[in-house]
Amino acid sequence: MPVVGQSVPRKDGAAKVAGAAKYVDDITFPGMLHGRTIRATIPCGRIRDIRLDFDPAGFTIVDCSDIPGRNVVSLIEDDQPCLVEREVRHVAEPVMLLAHEDREKLLAAKVHIEYEPATPVYDAERSPAAHKHIVIEKGDLAKGFAKADLVVEGEYRTGHQEHVYIETNGFIAVPEDGGITVHGSLQCPFYVHKALKHLLGLPDDKVRVIQTEPGGGFGGKEEYPSMIAGHAALLALKARRPVKIVYDRAEDMWATTKRHPSVVRHRTGVMRDGRIVAMEVAVLLDGGAYVTLSPVVLSRGCIHAAGPYRCPNVRIEGRAAFTNTNPNGAFRGFGAPQTEFAVEVQMDRIAERLGMDPVRLREINALRPGDTTATGQIMGKDCSALMVLKEAVKRSGYRRKRRAWQGTNRGIGLALFYHGSGFTGSGEVRLASKCSLATTERGVLILVASTEIGQGTRTMHAQIVADTLDIPFEQVDVAVPDTAGVPDSGPTVASRTCMVVGRILERCAKEMKERLDGLGPGEHYRRHGPMVITKEYEPPPGIVWDDATYRGDAYATYSWACDVAEVELDPVTYEVKTRKMTVVHEFGRPIHPVLARGQIEGGTAQGVGYAVLEHVVMQDGAMANAQLTNYTIPTTLDTPRLDVVMLENPYPYGPFGAKGVGELPMDGPAPAIVNAMRHIGLDVREVPALPEVLMEKAGEAVMR
Amino acid sequence: MRLVLNGSPVEVVAHPMKRLLDVLREECGLTGTKEGCGEGECGACTVLVDGEAVCACLVPFAQVRDCAVRTIEGLGGDHPLQTAFTREGGAQCGMCTPGMIMAALALGPKPSLERIRVGLAGNLCRCTGYEAIYRAIQRAWQGEGVSKAVRG
Repeated sequence: MPVVGQSVPRKDGAAKVAGAAKYVDDITFPGMLHGRTIRATIPCGRIRDIRLDFDPAGFTIVDCSDIPGRNVVSLIEDDQPCLVEREVRHVAEPVMLLAHEDREKLLAAKVHIEYEPATPVYDAERSPAAHKHIVIEKGDLAKGFAKADLVVEGEYRTGHQEHVYIETNGFIAVPEDGGITVHGSLQCPFYVHKALKHLLGLPDDKVRVIQTEPGGGFGGKEEYPSMIAGHAALLALKARRPVKIVYDRAEDMWATTKRHPSVVRHRTGVMRDGRIVAMEVAVLLDGGAYVTLSPVVLSRGCIHAAGPYRCPNVRIEGRAAFTNTNPNGAFRGFGAPQTEFAVEVQMDRIAERLGMDPVRLREINALRPGDTTATGQIMGKDCSALMVLKEAVKRSGYRRKRRAWQGTNRGIGLALFYHGSGFTGSGEVRLASKCSLATTERGVLILVASTEIGQGTRTMHAQIVADTLDIPFEQVDVAVPDTAGVPDSGPTVASRTCMVVGRILERCAKEMKERLDGLGPGEHYRRHGPMVITKEYEPPPGIVWDDATYRGDAYATYSWACDVAEVELDPVTYEVKTRKMTVVHEFGRPIHPVLARGQIEGGTAQGVGYAVLEHVVMQDGAMANAQLTNYTIPTTLDTPRLDVVMLENPYPYGPFGAKGVGELPMDGPAPAIVNAMRHIGLDVREVPALPEVLMEKAGEAVMR
Repeated sequence: MRLVLNGSPVEVVAHPMKRLLDVLREECGLTGTKEGCGEGECGACTVLVDGEAVCACLVPFAQVRDCAVRTIEGLGGDHPLQTAFTREGGAQCGMCTPGMIMAALALGPKPSLERIRVGLAGNLCRCTGYEAIYRAIQRAWQGEGVSKAVRG
């Protein structure tokens, strides 16, 4: 029986509900030491002296002079050191590593660092240095504005957001056979592999990275694991014993990456009838102290900055600025939640100025097949902007509630949004991901580096392979991501694991089926021995992209969604409760409806937190509320009831018609909720929209 | 120190001020109970002490002397709540799941949606948005094996 489209039991479900799944902190090795990171306490300056205020007997101590290879966390620019040499660029930057078998002695050890402080830069808007600058141009902006009946300007701000995966970052490094094996919580085994090779000066085969069960990632375990794995490896190599580093919650929040804060300015030219004729967008991201992933976050952010709308004349300019704060990094949505927040709030403000229904304004301007995006990409039949908009408006009763709640403390608002599936631009071609499928005694084994981070990778891949081979789901096993045993199918990011990696697996299975000569894979294995099929990524036909000009097909395809938020303002506390959200997504076709729904519901809840709750308080360049006590994520009582609709529009180049869904749900809740606040009469242009912000806006509304 | 752990009387030697969470994970080898924050905010370490859901990171070991402590391992793997969490998508990354299931167990059979929402407000999940968890708990008490679970 086919399993694609069925919600079969997830492969890792039984172990997880029994408490038997092994996360990194559940694993110990004989003779294992515990590791600790000594971090800088100033945002900017130089280290003058380091003094150990403890008896070093029994300790393993590592500083930058112990690094056998290059002192970098290798990623895009290789500018971030694994351990500070002299120059400190942000609070919590790692300086020294300690290991000891007794955790209490380890924690009691005091290290005194003397600094020569310098003047830090905290404000991205005033930062003289940029990690990356991007310009996207289409048509003739001046001509567009000259023609416009009305020009609407606005500035929109979003704050940091902390991932709060329930399992903090952790790694165990084990010295083995002249090399190193690391076990840890991660999304991208080969990112860690590459970083360790550079750091340790070891060849490919002397570095092995094995994924333990990750307790959530959301982008937070995309690039940071290369840092902590490097630290554990350096300690283990020096101590010649296994070393475990697991951060406690405070260190994880204080020291690791967060979502980039943004300031996005819009200037939009519109005609009286609602047609948008000119869009000028300036995107600023706070990149933090090192480049890390900021160039690609900015890239995705800029490409999505014009929203799912057609406009003949567009200019989008983006800048990721340097500041003396922790490097900001990957977080579900990767720049798009910031820019889509801005454009969607701008759309409601334009509607307000035109005296037009926000739905009507979107209907007029939404991308349709045949239209072009800001990068000049021509939309195909896989463009579903109008479909999701219409369904969400109808299903939520938007129009009726919009009228009925006018002038009350209840509001309803919506956001229309999209998200490109897979790496941006030529990224997928350059990644050239590979997947393998092997016959086994039991059936087949999937060999990919794509990790299960809770989203259901193992299960969804096994469904694709089972149906392509026409064998029972139970006969498909999935190998543990281990760089010594699986090909590099690329990082587990960018809404690519189903559409891109799943497609390569589908091609592996198709070829295997042809070569099985009508036998089952288990039977074939027993008669002829093992068969392994390996396939590499092939782009869909007709995809063209130019990195230099930012013109062309930014993504092979997009997924589409419309969120409708219903909120209620407490007139005493100024707290806004999101009561209900109607969430309509089109992402080709769900391979596993329960898992896909889980992505949508979970991503929407993260978006609700981003909109009204989650506030990273920065003080002197560091997170001042690095605790779950005062950084709050949505609980059961903060999360609205969700009415999820999954519309289908099968995409011919995805496995069984599937596109990406992982990040899309994160892009819409914040603008939908803020637009619902606008319906109440609150002119909010930032998130998190905390009660103090709303109180101020309510005061302004009364003054008007 | 004596206690009843997952139905069996045991004698465990540990410092009386050691966190129950660490005693369970390190002395008893029961790593199903997870640490999420270490300050009683996330509920990942929820276990039952004499039937009441508590955060094991906030309980000194001395406090469970002669108590009945129940952890996720004590549910056997085929409890209706466990089966329903798997089927309904209540577990994604799985890190909050043991604590969430123990907290759900403390609500008793067939809780109303309102009771579930209030009762689980101390258990954070970053993956699911909670909807699948509500569905799992409601479904758990509808199917087969329920009478056994209620008795057990």
